[in-house]
Amino acid sequence: MAWFTRKKPPTEAGGEGERHVRTEGLWLKCESCSQIVWRKTLEENLQVCPQCGFHFRIDAAARLQQLFDGGQFEIHEPGMASTDPLNFVDAKPYKERLAAMVKQGLRDAVISASGPLDGRPVNICALELKFIGGSMGTVMGEKITRAVERSIERRHPLIIVSASGGARMQEGAVSLMQLVKISQALMRLDEAQVPYISVLTDPTTGGVTASFAMLGDLNIAEPGALIGFAGPRVIEQTIRQKLPEGFQRSEFLLKHGFLDAVVKRPDLKSYISASLKFFCD
Amino acid sequence: MSSNAESEQPAQSATPAPEPPNPAWQRVQLARHPKRPHTLDYIQRMFTGFSEIAGDRAFGEDAAIVGGMAYFRGRPVMVVGQQKGRDTKQKLLRNFGMPKPEGYRKALRLMRLAAKFGRPIITMLDTPGAYPGIDAEERGQAEAIALNLREMSRLGVPIIVIVIGEGGSGGALALGVGNRVLILQNAVYSVISPESCAAIIYRDAGKAAQAAAALKITAPDLLGLGLVDEIVNEPGEGAHTDYDEAAQWLGDAIAKALDELSALAPKDLIDHRYDKFRKMGNFFVEATA
Repeated sequence: MAWFTRKKPPTEAGGEGERHVRTEGLWLKCESCSQIVWRKTLEENLQVCPQCGFHFRIDAAARLQQLFDGGQFEIHEPGMASTDPLNFVDAKPYKERLAAMVKQGLRDAVISASGPLDGRPVNICALELKFIGGSMGTVMGEKITRAVERSIERRHPLIIVSASGGARMQEGAVSLMQLVKISQALMRLDEAQVPYISVLTDPTTGGVTASFAMLGDLNIAEPGALIGFAGPRVIEQTIRQKLPEGFQRSEFLLKHGFLDAVVKRPDLKSYISASLKFFCD
Repeated sequence: MSSNAESEQPAQSATPAPEPPNPAWQRVQLARHPKRPHTLDYIQRMFTGFSEIAGDRAFGEDAAIVGGMAYFRGRPVMVVGQQKGRDTKQKLLRNFGMPKPEGYRKALRLMRLAAKFGRPIITMLDTPGAYPGIDAEERGQAEAIALNLREMSRLGVPIIVIVIGEGGSGGALALGVGNRVLILQNAVYSVISPESCAAIIYRDAGKAAQAAAALKITAPDLLGLGLVDEIVNEPGEGAHTDYDEAAQWLGDAIAKALDELSALAPKDLIDHRYDKFRKMGNFFVEATA
């Protein structure tokens, strides 16, 4: 037996679409530049590689910690869960998928929270990619709509940090209608002249991009994030050719005029704060 | 548009046995029937004085969406819909009914024009989905759809939406924010095509029939879920067997909806539409965490 034969497949158990920060060791290898990074340095740099600037994916809880002052915030509707309107069964029943996530402490793919950002009260919804690909079903539709309503009522700015594969297939057309539900609430937010900043992170595709993620007063993204309507595989199958390098990445959208700015994670909070100051003060 | 589903199922080997026909799959076949009447077939029969308006005044004209000024039983209305082609030449011209961003932007331009002059809007949904191509992405397919969803909710005129064939996800929905959402008996409305869904969940696009049933995309399913208001019957074996009768029945349903909505003031129309979609999908519980 060779010394360096891999016993396990090279990817993590999460499989496709999951890029976790390996947390077991003190050191880890950047998946972009392959440099060895001290884990603590990476944490201090908000999970951005200090050598090459690669942005590791972070979860919703970490995102809220980074944006709210001192990580202080109040969570809304923490127990809201889907009742499986279609009684959907694929490889296993959707109900079982949901139950498995509850064991991990997650009830749906978004955390909705309120708290101070540089002293200013704001509402932030952060999408959780680990929960069925960050997909939007009835719970996300309701929680985000309520967050929008809360923003109108209290006149507190809204920030939504997206990371999602799109509408949740397991809830069928019910998911689809959530695009309308949220978009029309954003119409009212717009009329109330309360600011909404949409932050697109890796990846944001499908019905999430085709609704609230593209409707911010400002639409900004982290570097290198995959952003689009159709997924790259679907497009490749349709046109039957390889996609150009950098297609559907943040910088591509910036170039084509669909993002207002690409903002590095360490600058995100100050960017949002300065923008809200411009709009509100 | 699809969710990321996990891949626990091994790829299916060997050729699967043919699926027994199921009602959902039969409806999909009818919704996609090569002879099924398309938007222009209905426009021809239900409206008079149709005057098409082209272009988004920004990039170009997209023939996958047609729209214009028309008279519905004597009333001036704006009509907009996705248009599939029938023969090869038409299919290419219409891009198989798959709109690009300029199509959605044209549609919004027409709908805003209607609202400005107080004309009701009638939209017809019939598309496999928004076009998934490089150019469509470059020109902001997602942004175009998103904007339509938000802006349609702001229009102070009656909006009647009819799903006449394939209601293909966000690409259909971009014309779908109405005070009334009607669906033809054999039309379908789905978050993802049965083929794509099957490819994700069963790792086998051949299991589309099974996926069609699981996705609950037929008119009765959607009515049961509270996502559409009314099912409009089709003649004979389906709308393709008698265009005139199909158009007559649909016209009667539109007339009824229009009568009901015409009594409402602009603000009430906006609030009515808002409340309708606000209530959609109340399928959640709140556990005490």
